[in-house]
Amino acid sequence: MSQLDSLNPSAIPAQDEALRQEVRAFLTEAMRGVPAHVRARSWMGYDPEFSRELGRRGWLGITFPAVYGGAGRSAFARYVLVEEFLNFGAPVGSHWIADRQSGPLLLKYGTEAQKQRFLPAICRGEAFYCIGMSEPGSGSDLASVRTRAVPNGSGWLLNGQKIWTTNAHNCHFMIALLRTSGEATDRHKGLSQVIVDLSLPGVTVRPIVDQSGDSHFCEVFFENVQLGPDALVGDEGGGWEQVTAELAFERSGPERLFSSIALFDEWLAYVRTPQGRSPQAQRLAGKILSQLAPLRAMSVAITEKLRLGESPVVEAALVKDLGTGVEQLIPAAIADDLFSRVDAEVPAELLNTLNYITQVAPSYSLRGGTRDILRGMIARGLGLR
Amino acid sequence: MDDLFSDAVKALLTDQCTPAVVRAIEAGQPHAALWQALETSGFADALVPESAGGAGLALADVYPVLELCGAFAVPVPLGETLLARGLLAHAGVSAPSGSVVFGAGQLGPDARLHCAQVRCGMQADWVLVSCGGVCRLLPVAAAQMQVAGFCLDAQLSWPQTAWDQAQQVPGAHDLVTLQAALYAAQLAGALMAVFSRTLQYANDRQQFGKPIGKFQAIQHQLSVMSEHAFAARMAAQLGLCAEGQVPDRLRVAMAKARTSEAALEVAGLSHAIHGAIGFTREFDLQLYTRRLHAWRQAAGSESYWHDVMGQALLDSPEPLSLDLIRTLTDVVV
Repeated sequence: MSQLDSLNPSAIPAQDEALRQEVRAFLTEAMRGVPAHVRARSWMGYDPEFSRELGRRGWLGITFPAVYGGAGRSAFARYVLVEEFLNFGAPVGSHWIADRQSGPLLLKYGTEAQKQRFLPAICRGEAFYCIGMSEPGSGSDLASVRTRAVPNGSGWLLNGQKIWTTNAHNCHFMIALLRTSGEATDRHKGLSQVIVDLSLPGVTVRPIVDQSGDSHFCEVFFENVQLGPDALVGDEGGGWEQVTAELAFERSGPERLFSSIALFDEWLAYVRTPQGRSPQAQRLAGKILSQLAPLRAMSVAITEKLRLGESPVVEAALVKDLGTGVEQLIPAAIADDLFSRVDAEVPAELLNTLNYITQVAPSYSLRGGTRDILRGMIARGLGLR
Repeated sequence: MDDLFSDAVKALLTDQCTPAVVRAIEAGQPHAALWQALETSGFADALVPESAGGAGLALADVYPVLELCGAFAVPVPLGETLLARGLLAHAGVSAPSGSVVFGAGQLGPDARLHCAQVRCGMQADWVLVSCGGVCRLLPVAAAQMQVAGFCLDAQLSWPQTAWDQAQQVPGAHDLVTLQAALYAAQLAGALMAVFSRTLQYANDRQQFGKPIGKFQAIQHQLSVMSEHAFAARMAAQLGLCAEGQVPDRLRVAMAKARTSEAALEVAGLSHAIHGAIGFTREFDLQLYTRRLHAWRQAAGSESYWHDVMGQALLDSPEPLSLDLIRTLTDVVV
């Protein structure tokens, strides 16, 4: 447990905090008049033009070296930016995965040619990425993937299927975990990551409509897709370790605390009115705040570890599991508050936001690893496995 | 605080504040030996300026000592005295000899000053009592006392003349917030102690031919315990992050609310995993889980502080709750 003992309050450096004013001024204008139930989508909201505007302002790939189009800033610069994006409910889904995960992965494991080819377009907000992990027969048991890339004279021949791929229908590239050697029984051995241009012949993407009526998950089919020899990212057979390291980025960010924040802030606006204020609501507001704030401090502390080059995988799992708990408490408790009132005139926009968040909340604790998988990872970190 | 200081506290408590000593003092045996060892070490003067013979530490620096008071179930008022001496020194009052705890007083129609529940009052020499916005120091020796709630806590009363003649501490002092910061830190220490003991037990206890910690259900309960323990610890640390010697009331509200919520969860899960053995007096777990409940109740439960935080949030003109979250959690290192 010694690694967790060191999760102490960490400071956001002043030069990174200084970005907040600039990005907030932009967001205040850009998000003016956007209703709360739309803002509630945030990183599930897609707007390529918005992403390109962020790219023009230098706010995408801000941690990447300047030579690849980035700004060479610290992980905290990105933290400040995305915290503002999420709390304003900006539609950042188009570039989200590329900026958070695929770009850093390419930076760490990609060849020089791959970095030069792919990273500048991410920074311009022109290249959108998805992550191909789950398959119909491989969900939580990720090491059982069957999609396969077989070496041939032209590079790799790709066959198989991915599912639950966030945003694939709006993306240009997928970074897929698949088998390049051995059999499913070999488990972690023989897995690799490849980058797939989703416009190639043989790729079919089908969105899956979810219970909220949106479609952000997709099915992706690969039928004799010919990849070049340079499609491999990192080491052949090194896919499992690469994916594991990547998950620390995926699980610790502010998107694991603020998924329901548009609803919380919209509800607070109602509770601040004379007809909305009540002692019960005041207490609930304090309860949610007292849970969110320490999580934010933990998320900042993990960012400090990422900045130092550590891979705080267990800490990230801990924050995500707790974070999704608060995110799911918010719609449940707010619904109870609003519908415990007699004859209250609750604004329609608040009800619409509550309805959307209630419907989307189950996804919080399945995307990025289910509750049970995360608790299993923590147990492993505790030495129980 | 540098590690040397907290390492020294830990070494002393490991040696002097064993579970046997805690049990004996809880059973009414004299506490003088333990208190004298702590007093000699000077830890209780951590916040007193160096010019007055103390260590001159800032409030945030004493977090490790207060956490250790929780982790070792210290049955004498070391944390209370440490904070009280800091308060007195900065108010220009010389501290009385011996330990000092805090009380909320009310003057009754019986012409007596009543403190309904003084934390660690059974073990204290002095009480810093707040009554009607005024703080005064009263000697426990002159009080009528009886146990109130937790075995170390006391109901105390003095004749009104004792209050009238007691030494006044100049200035306005929010003793509830100061105590809440203390019990949040002690809760964080006790939470970690309960968690690590339960983890050890799950590794040791064999059923169905293997350690119970190999069962997924137990693993997940331990994972949830660790989540609460670490979130509470972060909150408690922030509760003592303040400019100067006076804790920030909202940060303390967060710290005490979060640690109190965690106390209930972690105490429940630890007993569930320990089964019947954890319910016995003989097994050490109870030394810590009874304190989780006692300190959850001390200086305001989670709902008391949720109300405080909720009021601040509703009175805030900022449309984004993020801004108050940042105020609560941003630190300068």
